[in-house]
Amino acid sequence: MLERYFTAASTYAHSIDHLFILIAVIVGFWLIAAETMMFVLVFKFRAKDGRPTQYITGEEKHLKRWISIPHFLVILCDIVIIIAAITVWYNIKQVMPPADATVRVIGQQWAWSFQQPGPDGVLDTADDIRTVGELHVVVNTTYHFELMSRDVVHSFAIPAFRLKQDALPGRTISGWFRPNRVGTYDIQCTQMCGLGHALMAGRIIVETPQDHAAWLIRNSSPAVAEQQAIPASSADGLVTMAEVRQ
Amino acid sequence: MSAQVEHAEPGIFQKYLWATDHKIIAMQYLFTGMAMALLGAFFAYGFRMQQGFPNQNVPGLGLITPAKYNALVTMHGSIMIFWVAMPVLIAAFGNFLIPLMLGCDDMAFPRINRLSYQIFLLSALVLLSSFLVKGGPFGGAWTAYPPLSASGAYNLTPIGATLWLLAVALEFVAFLLGGINFTVTTMNSRAPGMKMYDIPILIWMIILANVIFMASVGPLIAGAVMLLFDQTMSTGFYDPTRGGDPLLWQHLFWFFGHPEVYVVLLPAMGIVAEIIAVFSRKKIFGYKTVLYTTWAVGFLSFVVWAHHQFVAGIDPRMANIFSITTLLISIPVTEMVFLYIATLYGGSIHLDTPMLWALAFIAEFMIGGVTGIFLGSSGTDIYLHDTYFLIAHFHYTFVPIAIIAVFAGLTFWYPKMFGRMLNETLGKIHFWGTVIPFNVIFIPLFITGIAGDQRRVYNYAQFAEQSRPALQHLRTTSTIALLVMLSFQLVFLFNFVWSLRNGKSAGANPWRSTTLEWTVPSPPPHGNFAEMPTVYRGPYEYGLPGRADDFLPQNVPE
Repeated sequence: MLERYFTAASTYAHSIDHLFILIAVIVGFWLIAAETMMFVLVFKFRAKDGRPTQYITGEEKHLKRWISIPHFLVILCDIVIIIAAITVWYNIKQVMPPADATVRVIGQQWAWSFQQPGPDGVLDTADDIRTVGELHVVVNTTYHFELMSRDVVHSFAIPAFRLKQDALPGRTISGWFRPNRVGTYDIQCTQMCGLGHALMAGRIIVETPQDHAAWLIRNSSPAVAEQQAIPASSADGLVTMAEVRQ
Repeated sequence: MSAQVEHAEPGIFQKYLWATDHKIIAMQYLFTGMAMALLGAFFAYGFRMQQGFPNQNVPGLGLITPAKYNALVTMHGSIMIFWVAMPVLIAAFGNFLIPLMLGCDDMAFPRINRLSYQIFLLSALVLLSSFLVKGGPFGGAWTAYPPLSASGAYNLTPIGATLWLLAVALEFVAFLLGGINFTVTTMNSRAPGMKMYDIPILIWMIILANVIFMASVGPLIAGAVMLLFDQTMSTGFYDPTRGGDPLLWQHLFWFFGHPEVYVVLLPAMGIVAEIIAVFSRKKIFGYKTVLYTTWAVGFLSFVVWAHHQFVAGIDPRMANIFSITTLLISIPVTEMVFLYIATLYGGSIHLDTPMLWALAFIAEFMIGGVTGIFLGSSGTDIYLHDTYFLIAHFHYTFVPIAIIAVFAGLTFWYPKMFGRMLNETLGKIHFWGTVIPFNVIFIPLFITGIAGDQRRVYNYAQFAEQSRPALQHLRTTSTIALLVMLSFQLVFLFNFVWSLRNGKSAGANPWRSTTLEWTVPSPPPHGNFAEMPTVYRGPYEYGLPGRADDFLPQNVPE
C-alpha cells in the first residue's frame, strides 16, 4: 500500500510497509464493523410512535456478551499487533547488522552535512569526504550512521528508506540502513528546528559501486575537495544560514 | 433596563468581571474560549492557505513567510488545546453543570473560582501580547522542545518564547484552582441522596479529567520553570554543553502532554453520554462499566507518554514497553465506545441536532482511535512519526473532542443557559456544513502523510518527492474544505445570537431529561434551586416499564 505512494529503497522499508498493511486490515475490520453497527442501530431504533423504549441496564448477562466477546477479540488483535510491531522495531532500531561502512550525519540550523571515509575506508582521517546536503552511498551496502546535532533537535528522515531518527545536541545516536535500489531520494528534517526548517533538505544518492568509486576519486582530488569541504569546527561556512536570514 | 433595576443589579464590571456565580463564570470561560477558537481558526486558515496555494498573498495575513508560518502553527496548536478545549470543555461546561447537576447552589469555593477565571484571562492576554513584541510570537511548535525554545539565538523570538511559556504556566495555575474547586464541590456538595453511582457520567468524567490534570501537571510546571531560567537567566538545564539534557523536557512535557489528551477527551465523552441517553430515551448501557473503563483510561494515561518519543533518541528498548501500554489503553477506550453504541440498542432515537453531533462524535472519533494504532505501534511509527498522517490522526480525535462534542453540548444546554431554543433547521445546516468538510480536510492529509509529507514545513519546494503535483492537489483540496467548514460556522454564530431573542421559549425541561439541571427554570436564577432537591435514583431512568411518562427525574419521589 505504501509503495503506491512512495518508493521503497531500503531493506527494512518493506517490513514497515507490511506491518502497516497488517494493522490496516485489523483496525479496518473493527472500524467498519463498529461504524456499521452504529448506523444500523440508529436506523433500526429510530423513534416511532407506539413503540416503547426497552428498559436495559447493561447488567443483563445475555446482552453483556455483546460487549465482552468483542472486548476479548480486541485484546487478541492488540496482542497480534504488539508482537508484529515490536518485531519490526527490534530488527530496525534495537539490533544493528555488521557494518560495511560508517557515515557521520550532522544536523545544524539549517542543513545536513555528512562525513564519510575517503579511499582509506576509515573515518576521521585526512582523506575524509565532507559534503553538505548530499550523501553518496553504495547500493546493497550496510551503513551505520552516527547522528549528531550542532545546535537544536533535528530529525534525520529518509522517507524512501522508512528511516527516521532524531538528532540531539550532546549525543551521538547510532543507527543503520541498507539501500537496495539505485536512485536519488529526499532527506528531510522532521523536527521543528526554527526558521529554516523547511529549507533543511538533503539528497541521498544511491549508486552502483562503480559510480561511487568514480565519485570518490573525483572528490578526493585536492582541488575538488577544497570546493566541497567545510571545516568541521565552524558552522558559519554554510550558505543556507545567510539565505534564510535575508 | 430601568434605573431601578440597575440599582438592584451589580454594575457591569461587578457582574461580569468580579462575579462569583458559577453560571456567570461558566459564560466568561465559554465566551473567552469561543473568541480564542475564532483566533485559532483564523491561524489555521493562514497556514492552510500557504499549504493549498503556496507563496500567494493570503487575504488578511499577507505573504506567509517562514517566521509567520511557524508562529501560526505554534499558536494554532497552543490556543486550540490550552485556550479552547480546556476552558470550554472543562471550565465552561464544568462550571455551568457541576452545581446544577449535583443539586447545589454554587461551587464550594466561589472566590477561588473567580480567581481561576481572572488568571485564565490574564494568561490569554499574555499570550496575545506576544504578537506585539520585538521578534514576534514564539514559533518553535506547541511542544517547545529545547534547545530551540531555550535560546533566543536559535528561535529568534526571545521575548515571544518567554511570553508563551508564562502564558502556559498561568493557564495551568487557573486550571489547578478550578480542578481543586470542582473536585471538592463534587465530593462535598451533592444533593442529599445522591450516592457516588448516582452522579451523572459527565460530572464523573470532568472530575476524573481534573484529577488526571492535577496529577500530571506538576512535573511540567517544574520543567517550565527550568525552561524559563534557561531562557532568561542562561541556566543550562536543557543545554548539553553545560551538563543539561534536552530529552528531560520531552519527558516532562509528554508526562503531562499525554494525560492532557484524556483531560480533554473525558469531558467530551461525558457530554456525549448525557446526550445519547436523552435522545435514545435509554439508560446508559452499563453505567458502572463506563466508569470502570474511565478509571482504567485515567490510570493508563500516565504510562504511555514516551510513545511520542519513539524516535527521539530514547533507549530503543523503552519503545517496546510504551508500545504495549499504548495498545493497552485502546482497550478501555474501545470498550467505552462499544458501550455507547450498545446504548442505542432498543432505544427510541430522536435525531435532533445535539444527537446528530453526539453520533458524529462517535463515528469520527473511532477513525481517530484506530489510526492511533499505527502510531502507537513502534514499528510503523518510525515512518509515520511527524508526518501529516499524525496530524490527520490527532485531528480526528481532537476535532471530535473540541469542536463536535462542544457543539453537541452547546446545542443541548443552550436552552438551559439562555432560556430559548436554537433554530433546528439552522442547526442541521451547520451540522452537515461542519462534519462533511471536516472529513474532506483530513482524509487527504492521511494520504499526504503516507506519501511522506512532514509537518511544520511552510513550503515543499525543497523536497522533490513532496513536490509531486498529486500531493499538491490533495493539499489544495484540504484547504478548500477548510474554507467551506469555516464559512459554515457563520451559520452557528448567527443562530446563537439570533436565538437569544427570537428562539422558542424553552421552559425548564425541553428535552424531557432526568438530571437535576432540568428541574430549575431556564436560565437558572442566582442560587439555582428554589428548594434544594433530594435525589432518589440514578441519572438515566428512561423507558421504565409500566409508566405513562418515559422518564423519571432524579428528584421525583416514587
